[in-house]
Amino acid sequence: MTRYRDRGAAFGAAALRWIANPTATVFLLLLLIFAGIFALNDSFFAGPSFMAFLKQAAPLMILAAGQYFVIVSGNFDLSVGALVGAQVVIAARLIDGEESRTVPVMLAMVAFGIAVGLVNGIITTVLKVQSFITTLGMLMVLFGAIKLWTGGAPTGALSESFRTAGRLGIENVPVLGQIPWAVLIVIGLGAGAIGLMRTGFGRVLMAAGDNERAATLSGAPVNTVRIAAFVLSGLSATVAGILIGGYAGVSAQVGQGLEFTVITAVVLGGVVLGGGRGTVLAAIAGALAIESLFALFNQMQLPSTLRPTVQGAIIIAAVAYAARRRTRRGAAAKTATATATPS
Amino acid sequence: MKTTRLAAASAAALGLLLATGCTTDTPTDDEATSAGESDSGSSSEWFVQADYDEQLAQRDIEPEGDPNTPWLQAISPEWIDTSEFAREGGDATVCFSNASISNPWRVTGWITMQQQVEVLQESGDIGEFRSSDAGDDDDQQISDIQAFVASGDCDAIIISPSTTATLTPAVETACESGVPVIVFDRGVNTDCAVTFIHPIGGYAFGADAAEFLVDNLEPGSTVLALRILPGVDVLEHRWTAAEQIFGDSELEILGDEFTGGDAAEIKNIVTQYLQRGDVDGIWMDAGDGAVAAIEAFEDAGKPYPVMSGEDELSFMRKWDETGMTALAPVYSNFQWRTPIIAATMILAGEEVPAEWILPQDPITEAELADYLERNADMPSLHYAKFGGEDLPGFPDAWRDR
Repeated sequence: MTRYRDRGAAFGAAALRWIANPTATVFLLLLLIFAGIFALNDSFFAGPSFMAFLKQAAPLMILAAGQYFVIVSGNFDLSVGALVGAQVVIAARLIDGEESRTVPVMLAMVAFGIAVGLVNGIITTVLKVQSFITTLGMLMVLFGAIKLWTGGAPTGALSESFRTAGRLGIENVPVLGQIPWAVLIVIGLGAGAIGLMRTGFGRVLMAAGDNERAATLSGAPVNTVRIAAFVLSGLSATVAGILIGGYAGVSAQVGQGLEFTVITAVVLGGVVLGGGRGTVLAAIAGALAIESLFALFNQMQLPSTLRPTVQGAIIIAAVAYAARRRTRRGAAAKTATATATPS
Repeated sequence: MKTTRLAAASAAALGLLLATGCTTDTPTDDEATSAGESDSGSSSEWFVQADYDEQLAQRDIEPEGDPNTPWLQAISPEWIDTSEFAREGGDATVCFSNASISNPWRVTGWITMQQQVEVLQESGDIGEFRSSDAGDDDDQQISDIQAFVASGDCDAIIISPSTTATLTPAVETACESGVPVIVFDRGVNTDCAVTFIHPIGGYAFGADAAEFLVDNLEPGSTVLALRILPGVDVLEHRWTAAEQIFGDSELEILGDEFTGGDAAEIKNIVTQYLQRGDVDGIWMDAGDGAVAAIEAFEDAGKPYPVMSGEDELSFMRKWDETGMTALAPVYSNFQWRTPIIAATMILAGEEVPAEWILPQDPITEAELADYLERNADMPSLHYAKFGGEDLPGFPDAWRDR
């Protein structure tokens, strides 16, 4: 019990530290949801079941990190759900249950993810097609191409080793039971994403979303970083596809609607649509908040027909709350800037 | 400022509520039963006692015809004369308006239908076979049917309706054109078609599954129901039938959850229920993603549940592998052969049943090995009772889909 209280206290302290920041809302929300789940069923936070929860949340968290790069640079990537679905279906068909094909097919998936990201990025930046349309088109192209290729429903099977990353982990760990590979992958990629945002690349990406004109005039390679953001998103969808396919196997519906869940997660994390604001950590936390909201509904035994409504209302309320704080701070900041640079 | 923001948020939330409330008539999974039930509301509003009783009784009626060709069998048929449609010379143009091939069940059936067409083209009964795929879009299917009628080339029109109420006028238009119309799978609110072909129906499916759980679980056991999505008559019938049977039993129903048929969602939900406590039985309204549910038990280190899935091979293979106690209720996939054969019968002036009710027998443990053997070459998202083993394209057409 003490352990849980300590964890609660740690969350509380973190929330207090973040309270001055608009992205704090998501951590506050996460804390509230966890408190709710804890009140209903404290065994949810016992090692094995919490690890199982994180394992299931991992793909969305990785997708959120990928989507963050695109959104913060001022674009959208609506094609990720279809790409996740396509990757799983491609993997099942190409592997067809043969262990020896696992690694080559995974490499092919990575290449495919990069290719889709490149196409999205180049069409958006070079041809100046709005990313909403580019990636919506890509969504339909992927969806249709997969239907055409498979004759409507997936065939083949994933190999056991393909499924390792999404389903298994380090076994027999004291207290936790199993540390899922998926959780380690999220931690690794999440740390990489945070590190990347602190490099020159991250700063240009942020500047491109904040004020494209200013960034271009100052000589920043705006188009290049935006294309790279789409490629990162395509890669995140590939990793998410490997994890989801590993977690649950192939089904015709894999990935459907994920693009909206992940954009919701990123916005919930305080990242502003249109770009230039928000942190990748908060975007990942947004994904965790959405997954824990589902868990909370389950613990509350809420009728499943009511869930989308409650979920939608909570998301709107949380984003409105964050926006209110941002407006206040934004106004203050603007005055300050105006005074500092009177030119 | 604060008030404005709040008002905006409330307005948005209200809009969301309205939008959610307005979503109706979404076509999804497999099949259909009798037409004419209410369109919305809670699950009890989907329940029609007379239809339920009729379907449960039909399960015990010996169908007419050869059991080796179940797609030609019929339960309590009322044979009608079709001599007015008799046509000389063979090489008929048959037109088929398909709701969609958006799930593996429909894909499997569509392959079977095309193979049946090839046989009848070889024999000279059918000349041209035209088909259109509406992609689950009512408006698209209405215009598809109108295009068939307008072309004037079709000697018979086969329709697998996307939704019941919306497609009814389009089917009536097809009937008025004077060519024989055959409706199968989901029904419509008109009997203008020469024949309506379908297996017994959703109540029988849901009841088969629920009765199996009641018979194989101790009183007081817990059951989790996994459903695809709400508001689709054919799926609601399966669940309302199960509710009737569970209601009269000693089983405790932990919940009924909508999964969208998504394996990851199914695994999440089952995992979360297992975190809350034991689950002794799983009832499913369709077999999509059944394996993910079983894996959730494996990953949580819990004993296998008593389970009802569907005759989808991935589930049947997992069932065989694990030796669990299970049943595969069937929504007879072989029904996709029947409309083509019915079309040639009608064009030859032969009698057909006005309502052609096909048998719908679940696959039990005793038959499991036999069905797995017959379908050994088939992919995992194939349906065991597809009924195409005697067609010349077997097994390649279904294997290399």
